[in-house]
Amino acid sequence: MDIQLLADRPTAEERAAVDEVLGPPVSSWDGARQRRPVDEHVAFGGSAARAGRHLLLPALHALQDAIGAVSRGGLNYICERLTIPPAEAYGVAAFYHLLTVDAPGTPVAYVCDDIACRGAGVADLLGELDAGREDGTRIETSPCLGQCHAGSAAYVHRPGVPAHRVGVAPASAPGVLGALRGNAPAQAGAIPVPQPVTDRRVLRRVGAVDPASLDSYREHGGYAALAWAVERGPEEIVAEVEASRLMGRGGAAFPAGVKWRAVAGQPGPRYVICNADESEPGTFKDRVLLEYDPFAVIEAMTIAGLAVGAATGYLYIRGEYPLAEERLRAALDQARHAGLLGPVSMSGMFDFDIEIRRGGGAYICGEETALFNSIEGYRGEPRQKPPFPTEAGLFSRPTLVNNVETLVNVLDIVSEGGAAYAATGTESSTGTKLFCLSRDIATPGVYEFPFGITLGDVLEAAGGVTGELAAVLVGGAAGSFIGPDRLDTPLTFEGARAAGISLGSGVVMPFAVGTDFADITRRIAAFFEEETCGQCVPCRVGVVRQGEALGRLTTGRSRTDEVALIDDIARAMRDASICGLGHTASGAIQSAIALDLIGVS
Amino acid sequence: MWGSNAREAHPIFFHHLLKGVHNGARLYAVDPRRTASAAWADVWLGIDVGADIAVANAVGREIIAHDLHNAEFIARATTGFEAYAAAMQPYTLDYAEQISGVPAEVIGGLARDYATAGTAQLCWTLGITEHRSATDNVLALINLALLTGHVGRWGSGLVPIRGQNNVQGGGDMGALPDKLPGFQSVEDDELRGKFEAQWGAPVPPDKGWHLSLMFEAMDRGDLRALYIIGENPAQAEADAAHARERLAGLDFMVVQDIFLTRTAQMADVVFPAAAAWAETEGTVTNSERRVQRVRKALDPPGEARDDIAIVSALAKRMGHDWGYPTAEELWDELRSLSPMHAGMSYRRLEALRGLQWPCRDEEDPGSPFLHGRLWAEDPAERGRPAPFTPVEWIPPADELTTEYPLRLTTGRRLDSYNTGVQSGGYSSPRRHGESLDLDPEDAAALGVEDGDRVRVISRRGSVEAPVRLVRGLRPGLAFMTPHFPDDVDVNSLTIDVWDPKSGTAEFKATAVRVEKVG
Amino acid sequence: MTIELRIDGVPIEVEDGATVLDALQLAGLDTPTLCYGPNLTPVNACRVCMVEVEGSRTLVPACSRPAEPDMVVSTNTDRVRHSRRLVLEFLASSVDLSVAPGVGAWLDEYGAEPSRFGADRATVGQPVKVQDDLYIRDYAKCILCYKCVEACGVDAQNTFAISVAGRGFEATISTEFDVALPDSACVYCGNCIGVCPTGALMFKTEFDMRENGTWDEDRQTVTETICSFCGVGCSLELFVQDNRIVKVLSPLDHDVTDGHLCIKGRFGWEHIQ
Repeated sequence: MDIQLLADRPTAEERAAVDEVLGPPVSSWDGARQRRPVDEHVAFGGSAARAGRHLLLPALHALQDAIGAVSRGGLNYICERLTIPPAEAYGVAAFYHLLTVDAPGTPVAYVCDDIACRGAGVADLLGELDAGREDGTRIETSPCLGQCHAGSAAYVHRPGVPAHRVGVAPASAPGVLGALRGNAPAQAGAIPVPQPVTDRRVLRRVGAVDPASLDSYREHGGYAALAWAVERGPEEIVAEVEASRLMGRGGAAFPAGVKWRAVAGQPGPRYVICNADESEPGTFKDRVLLEYDPFAVIEAMTIAGLAVGAATGYLYIRGEYPLAEERLRAALDQARHAGLLGPVSMSGMFDFDIEIRRGGGAYICGEETALFNSIEGYRGEPRQKPPFPTEAGLFSRPTLVNNVETLVNVLDIVSEGGAAYAATGTESSTGTKLFCLSRDIATPGVYEFPFGITLGDVLEAAGGVTGELAAVLVGGAAGSFIGPDRLDTPLTFEGARAAGISLGSGVVMPFAVGTDFADITRRIAAFFEEETCGQCVPCRVGVVRQGEALGRLTTGRSRTDEVALIDDIARAMRDASICGLGHTASGAIQSAIALDLIGVS
Repeated sequence: MWGSNAREAHPIFFHHLLKGVHNGARLYAVDPRRTASAAWADVWLGIDVGADIAVANAVGREIIAHDLHNAEFIARATTGFEAYAAAMQPYTLDYAEQISGVPAEVIGGLARDYATAGTAQLCWTLGITEHRSATDNVLALINLALLTGHVGRWGSGLVPIRGQNNVQGGGDMGALPDKLPGFQSVEDDELRGKFEAQWGAPVPPDKGWHLSLMFEAMDRGDLRALYIIGENPAQAEADAAHARERLAGLDFMVVQDIFLTRTAQMADVVFPAAAAWAETEGTVTNSERRVQRVRKALDPPGEARDDIAIVSALAKRMGHDWGYPTAEELWDELRSLSPMHAGMSYRRLEALRGLQWPCRDEEDPGSPFLHGRLWAEDPAERGRPAPFTPVEWIPPADELTTEYPLRLTTGRRLDSYNTGVQSGGYSSPRRHGESLDLDPEDAAALGVEDGDRVRVISRRGSVEAPVRLVRGLRPGLAFMTPHFPDDVDVNSLTIDVWDPKSGTAEFKATAVRVEKVG
Repeated sequence: MTIELRIDGVPIEVEDGATVLDALQLAGLDTPTLCYGPNLTPVNACRVCMVEVEGSRTLVPACSRPAEPDMVVSTNTDRVRHSRRLVLEFLASSVDLSVAPGVGAWLDEYGAEPSRFGADRATVGQPVKVQDDLYIRDYAKCILCYKCVEACGVDAQNTFAISVAGRGFEATISTEFDVALPDSACVYCGNCIGVCPTGALMFKTEFDMRENGTWDEDRQTVTETICSFCGVGCSLELFVQDNRIVKVLSPLDHDVTDGHLCIKGRFGWEHIQ
């Protein structure tokens, strides 16, 4: 491909960082500094040279990790290595908030100022950090970092080889400033799983198992499900998942068995993806599973691979989850070493391995088709459906995408049988559900309940609301507020549907009377303005117009027509946007207006 | 793609080619330079200039050696296979590597991929034909198509891409030394008679001279007057200084052009002409034999007239009043004389946006590809079998020696065209004027850096130009274009040794040395 | 093979592989489109061609949705009209659509009132980029339809000199690191101009004439002829005003060019001016 590079050359450091991901270049046509005699007469290019495009994001991360930025020389080098036109690579790099494009690299702290952590504390923290930070470091605000139970959080990235990437939660000024200097974070707080182990199923190993030890995982029953699965074969696994009536836990609540059956029935090659790009504000349940039970996720993905006949799985993990990524990488190594990945050698042999892909700071990449584009090395923009991922997903091949929580449920389904699994919960919502409780609640954390429990009981189980309840945000920024008069709403898929809400990712965030809902809803509006990919007009412009109308509404500049205008905008976004982000970007705001929560501030 | 940088010289053709690439086609590029086209290839074979026949023959030998030739097609539709196979014996992969510099296994890979592809095309341009072995180069490629049956089928074929918008049409219309319009032989009494009857005048029965023979005839004094229409040989000919000398020696020269070109400046009479493509009506024929309408969008400037008007006026002064026929009237006469154009009325050309010949009557949809007859079951329909024509490799005429150690090859750049008469008019942000493109290693050896001025010296002349360091070359290989002859007269370097069959000079292979200026 | 579907209650037969938009066109319905181009892969980004399809939760982009047997399509429902109206309002309130062909009529047809979003609404207003003599980029007129990116990319030119960069409302069409065009990979084929639906990309000739008030489409003729710069035979549409060429396009449905040209065909006509 006749790509044209800029004149900027990579530094030795940049080359080394990229080569670490891609391996050293061979031909001078692909970036090797020395021309071999054979290069004078032969070059291999074409589709094979372009096939490494999916390594673009990992290579960009490698640059960002090493020098704190995507430099011109570094980007050039990646483009030369992977045969990617620089404008395209730039378009991809500039899409992700965790990549610093064409600016000096610095240590940076991303401080959550999203709805759960929002309040007087964040402003103070930001003030202290700004005053205390050293020259050549940056403090940025961030959307929800998935540490909501802690009440404050930061993600710190200090470039180097290796980069120092840590989460700090709760986030104190000394803790964050220390992390910026390269200090290890203070002792992590308690695991945010307050329920006794006897009340937990999906979460039962959390806190009990050593996440760094395959042996420990096995001692806790790990890999029994895979053994069973290998023995019974793909058809029976799929049948059990169907029988379980498991519904996807990522937010869309699609029947998992239907997906598994559909993918298994398509011609290969097929792919399995674990969507661990948990980014819905108020959600941290997948992080808890990934950090404290990583082998379970790997085992479940392996079963999925076996069931649908995929040889490669991708685990797409949120870029702001360094601890989870580190533990997963270590777990993958152990599993490979033990013959549980790569060529899997149990009673029957099959090939399955998992590649980790780190997100770049983009909520939209949790949308499955955007996630495909992100893995493939394109901008994380959603695709129009149909075609559906089960037919044409990653690399346009049949692809099974499941959320972390969904996959971990499969272990019990396989072990116990689908019918037994379905005995828990309700007819249409089987099994248990993880709920993320934060904000104005006595004991924040991840809770697990059989489907059927009411909203009020969930709040009660978490120690009750601190203060007088004004409203509960269910489902996150993409969800909706419901009032204290509806605490009897059963938190099942069918119950939520009947109540006109969505469980989404399981966020249950109560707000006490006195909350500045004008500020909270403006933050939600701003979240969508920052996170819309910008691909389709209704969403790209709609979220901005929504934010403007809400701004006028909540600052007292105008109250006439703004509500009607927001309704008009919302309707167009819901009807005409490409993906769920646009469809849901107004739900919380409209529900807050309907509950008359929003005053002028 | 063999000897073609279509990415720059034929960009829209390359769009079509890339559609194939995106659909999974494998692309090989055989070219001394790793051009923008070659950069798209799965495999680039960077042959040394002039090694084409050695490589093509080795590909043929390899195909036969691995029994990958299409024996059934060969038996049914060709002649001379045995002799071809025998003649290819010396062309081992190793021998081809020795001549071309391309590793034997890479040439072998091309052979196997070409032979086993479901459909495959060989596309070429001047990299094949601007050699003293031009015709043999083409024959070597034709042999490969016959060997594999990659001809006469949809998706397979031999694709010479034409360099000018009507070079095909010029040939179709009889602008060849031995042909009347429609490729009808001037030496065939019956065919010639048809034209004589239509025109009411005798047509000389002997074939004429092609360009290179004309220039030799000037030397001998056999050619003393010349009427040149839309050509700039004073700058476009190889060994241009010599060409200008010959033109200057003519008794009388008329030039008809849209500009006062270097050639026109030497003329006794200049006819200012309208730009055919935007100021006149008519047709042109593209590379795929598609006859298309050109139309008048602008009035020509000043006293410029369209070519029909000029020729008609000239005829009238010579005592033949042809009136002032329209382009369509002339075209209809052509259709009545050239069977392969018979079905192409202006009405159809306009409605269908062109038709590909042969198109024999007004029901004929035209011919997207040729030679399909070779696949016919019926021997009568199949007709004359296609002959293998074994050819031998010869090195370029302009030898590399210690005095002239660098191989200079020439070609086009994207934003310019030939001697720049037309393309010089607009301001391209990518144009940097003429340069000597060099490999950085050669530049280092000469002690020159990007932008330094050098003198390029061949056995025939010398020019000065700035150096440009580029990727895509290698030590010993340099590149220039003919686009800026007023600044850098590159064709004063090139050699006018020409192919005896086509008359084309060996523009692609000049031996030069380079000296730093100042 | 043909497929029968119903459009606003009327049965329409289309070829297998046709889109809903093809069917709408066959039914004689004027459907607004901006990001759609017959010579480009649909990106369905502008969402102005949305229709209602029975059984579909959301509206459906007509330009990219394949027609299916027995599909029931509605184009004139309140939902469809609302959606089209809002999308047009979103665009007209944020982008300068003053020279975008067709858009004015659609704004009227759908009763769009872009001003209702307030006087201090965000827009993409920014200075025009004039970096060479061939064409200008006025991104204040850019609706981010991706057509230029597609034409520069895999749908035609395969040069990939531009991409969408950034995200959301801040997203722009950009070269790598926003370097000036002459420093970028741009090969000046102008195929981006050929597909731009809003005049954000414009021949410098047209831009200058508009600036000095001499651009007059009523005085222009369009003549189809063949490019003289190589043997491919690309069809050119010469736009001529006062016996001067003012811009050059190629017919979108021409099977030699698919509407695309190279720098010489697009811009190489100064020599006859």
